[in-house]
Amino acid sequence: MSDWIKEPWPWYVAGPLIGLMVPLLLILGNKSFGISSSLRHICAACLPANIPFFQYHWKKEIWNLIFIFGVFLGAIIATQFLSNHKPLDIHEDLIIELKEYGVQPNDLKNQMPVSIFNWNTLLSIQGFILFALGGFLIGFGTRYAGGCTSGHSIMGLSTLQLPSLIATICFMIGGFISANYLLPLIFKL
Amino acid sequence: MSEIKKETNTDFEVRSLDAMCVNESEKKHAWWHNLKYLFTGILFGIILVKAEIISWYRIQEMFRLQSFHMYGVIGSAVIVGMLSVWIIKRFHIKTIYGEKIEFSKKPFSKGQIIGGLMFGIGWALTGACPGPLFAQIGSGFTVVLVTLFFAILGTWVYGLIREKLPH
Repeated sequence: MSDWIKEPWPWYVAGPLIGLMVPLLLILGNKSFGISSSLRHICAACLPANIPFFQYHWKKEIWNLIFIFGVFLGAIIATQFLSNHKPLDIHEDLIIELKEYGVQPNDLKNQMPVSIFNWNTLLSIQGFILFALGGFLIGFGTRYAGGCTSGHSIMGLSTLQLPSLIATICFMIGGFISANYLLPLIFKL
Repeated sequence: MSEIKKETNTDFEVRSLDAMCVNESEKKHAWWHNLKYLFTGILFGIILVKAEIISWYRIQEMFRLQSFHMYGVIGSAVIVGMLSVWIIKRFHIKTIYGEKIEFSKKPFSKGQIIGGLMFGIGWALTGACPGPLFAQIGSGFTVVLVTLFFAILGTWVYGLIREKLPH
């Protein structure tokens, strides 16, 4: 197997490929690229609980659930067979900052800091905030905003929709505040 | 009969807020037609991992302006997406089943601001937007299942209190 495919892909390969998801899904079946709706379909399928927002024919949207299952499988394939597991090339300042939070240099060979993203951390206050509160905000926020990075930032901007631009700007503002101000506070707890 | 009733009851304003629910194929197909979405998803999952978009570190770098990588990914994806949509409209390209490709407008709502800020905060904490959430789990970080569970819960709670929120 050639080595180049195991190297991380640069942005100018990955970005255009992601952009091509938009016409691919449209041409395959008139589907709008978007992931966060899958969370709503899961709610509608598992626990609609007479909430009007979840009373719809979710089986019609089953393609979306199949798509995210594919994302899960694709990640397994890429991690198991298409990765060389070399350390990530990370900005020095970030490494210094993360060291204060207890992220070990040894962690840098994975895509996620294993010293944070493990089951033991879940029981700590940091872990609970990161996984539980973080997850809740993703689910609540994307549905309130009507889409996520794929639905708004890629599909919405591709179709020149102003609400999607507003949403994307707000995603970025929220992220800036969270990464630069909230995260240091959380790790001080 | 009950299913049909539910469908006619569906609030289209709500549905149009979704990325997904408006322009759907009208045609009925055998189940295996859905396999094409499985392969598209697999391709997307591979891209997310190979370009390190699932990486918590890359997300932290993005929000600290320490790396161009994520901006390059999103920016070039949008440019290719825009060009594709333009080509589809310009040349009236149809789906593989010969249907007209339709685009829906997303109406403005205050949710794009409030919900957008909330999602942004969650994005930086977890290093994941909804797509990478599934890819992080596939990549072996099983604790992200907890994040996914809470993301589903968040969506559910939104549905529960939706009427009380400003839109």
